[in-house]
Amino acid sequence: MPSPGRAPVVGKRVQLMATCLCDAFHDDVAAATVEVLEHLGCEVSFPEGQTCCGQPAFNGGDWPASRRVVRHAVRTFCGADPVVVPSGSCAAMVFHGALLEFEHEADLSDVESLGRRTWELGDFIVNGLGVRSWPGRFDAAVALHRSCHTRGTGSSDAVALLVGSIAGVRLVEFGEGEQCCGFGGTFSVGFPHISAAMGDLKLEHVRAAKPDVLVSGDMGCLMHLCGLASREKAPLRAMHFSQVLSDAMRGPA
Amino acid sequence: MRTQPIDQFAAGVGAETRAAVYGGSKIGHEKRTKLLFDHYADPDRLRALAGEIKQHVVENLDTYLPAAEARLEANGVKVHWASTAESACEAVYSILKARGATRLVKAKTMVSEEIELDAYLRERGIESLETDLGEFIVQMDHDHPSHIIKPIIHKTRRQIAELFERNGLGAYDDEPEVITRRARQFLRHKYLGADAGLTGANFVVAESGRVVVVTNEGNSRFCLAATRCHIALVGIEKILPEDRDLALFLNLLARSATAQQLTVYNEFILGPRGAGQPDGPDEMHVIFVDNGRTDVLASDCRDILRCIRCGACLNVCPVYRQAGGHAYRSVYPGPVGAVLSPLLLGKAFPEKADLPKASSLCGACNEVCPVDIPIPDLLLRLRDKAHSEGIPSPGTPPMGAWAILATQPAAWKAALGAGKLLNHLPTSLIPVPALRAWESKRDLPPWRGGEFRKWLKKRRQ
Repeated sequence: MPSPGRAPVVGKRVQLMATCLCDAFHDDVAAATVEVLEHLGCEVSFPEGQTCCGQPAFNGGDWPASRRVVRHAVRTFCGADPVVVPSGSCAAMVFHGALLEFEHEADLSDVESLGRRTWELGDFIVNGLGVRSWPGRFDAAVALHRSCHTRGTGSSDAVALLVGSIAGVRLVEFGEGEQCCGFGGTFSVGFPHISAAMGDLKLEHVRAAKPDVLVSGDMGCLMHLCGLASREKAPLRAMHFSQVLSDAMRGPA
Repeated sequence: MRTQPIDQFAAGVGAETRAAVYGGSKIGHEKRTKLLFDHYADPDRLRALAGEIKQHVVENLDTYLPAAEARLEANGVKVHWASTAESACEAVYSILKARGATRLVKAKTMVSEEIELDAYLRERGIESLETDLGEFIVQMDHDHPSHIIKPIIHKTRRQIAELFERNGLGAYDDEPEVITRRARQFLRHKYLGADAGLTGANFVVAESGRVVVVTNEGNSRFCLAATRCHIALVGIEKILPEDRDLALFLNLLARSATAQQLTVYNEFILGPRGAGQPDGPDEMHVIFVDNGRTDVLASDCRDILRCIRCGACLNVCPVYRQAGGHAYRSVYPGPVGAVLSPLLLGKAFPEKADLPKASSLCGACNEVCPVDIPIPDLLLRLRDKAHSEGIPSPGTPPMGAWAILATQPAAWKAALGAGKLLNHLPTSLIPVPALRAWESKRDLPPWRGGEFRKWLKKRRQ
């Protein structure tokens, strides 16, 4: 899923798209994202009217419903400032998926323009702001789950670079890293059996690598994997990479 | 909430079958990746180039097909056009009937599966025998292929050895060498007694009229060595513009399909046996089969016609690995099948409109595709098509209420707060079917709707 040609980042004002999952379940991830961006000197605004990127209906096939939600997002995130999202999946919805469902719509150019200034958080920090390393300390063996919607974008390498640069972090590889965790949004409820089997395999590979923490850039994947682990009474420590960055800043330098 | 048909199928797949499919797919994918990346600095550029060539062909079939026909005819090949499965079967039958042929040997052709040629010929007294080892086993077991390249990926050695024993091919022995030798002994006699040989074609080159068939067992060569008549069943999308394109395509096909630098046997067939050539059929026919392909061409999913049937997308697909090929109820399973199979049905699309849903949209299929087909985008387009045609989709949560909330910020905020009630409800009482379905396999984290907004407000004060 190629990220579109982006306008270079000018200035330090950004709009935060927190994502519906963070809005409903993972406030700590959205908060960490704000802290990380502010640490980089960004002036973070949070458009209050924001809801969802439109992906659930887009993936479910209800494109008219999805387009209504995308149009709402286009109105909400107006202006020229970059939109930063702590999710590879929601970012890809804005700069790739939405373009597909607006192919024959009169307002395609509005959607394209939002897409050109929408960034996944790690991609923004590394490829937008040019930051190559992260300060502080975080003592842990970290397994990085590369979420599928960052395939073909700069996000996975960016997150690995940032997290790997933190003093005390040891990145551990696990088997079949290119395989999906089985979340897939509505897929997880329409295909519960296959989704859970995929998740169990991912957990098996991750556990075999014995990390202290599983880190990803998408809370959908982590919610699914942690939900499975918790159901099996074998809880998994997992964090969004923004939380690792923000913890590292606080930790002993 | 009901779950999707493919999920229900997967839940019923036995552990042994699942392990066979999973193991076979995984190793196929890993070997392919190693071979491509060990030999080429940037295999993705090769995939992009091949994709552009094949897309060009698909969009210019109206010139390439007549060009190919003219070359084939000039090479002494009789060309037939079949618009439907029925007319393709009729074309094969009329050729055989005119020659009084009753015994046909087949090298693997997916199109013959697609048009259900076996049953058609059997009803008319013609025996058609599969000669690819995997297809031979499938045919003997009255089963169906479950993979494009490895039709018996779902079977174990033990099951095959038992099948051979039941069918009089020797006492139980599950050594692969023994199984292969027994099949070979059986088939060699059949080749010698056959009246005609049927193959598919991996490529037909418009420039030269060359028909290219690749196999690893040499069975296509055997099918043509002793028989006097060669019939090739070819999907209309199998065209390549020039002979030189074969260098790229044979290379990518072998690496993607079987992790080989080149397939073992590559037949380049320029027509029937010429004067002075000792062996080969005197008569050669190419039947170009449409069977729904021009409808696909007219759709916004025409990119799927680039497919060269390598099976790499099946091998890497996590859904295929869990469900196996039979879950797709189609000759073409896996990601490519989830796009192609419903489209080839034309008006009967609703029968397989659930297949495009069988994907987490992870995109691994696109990453491995030798012709770079954007399979996830095509799956999404078909989901839109199914929805806009009003085809019911069990397992897809309705999105109407969500869309209302997600376009009205005040209602959204109220729902974020109200969601906290979930934290106090037992699963069975959760009023949202999708959340109950989630809870069937996983715990839901505590609802903390609106907490971030409160935190931010406080921080900004």
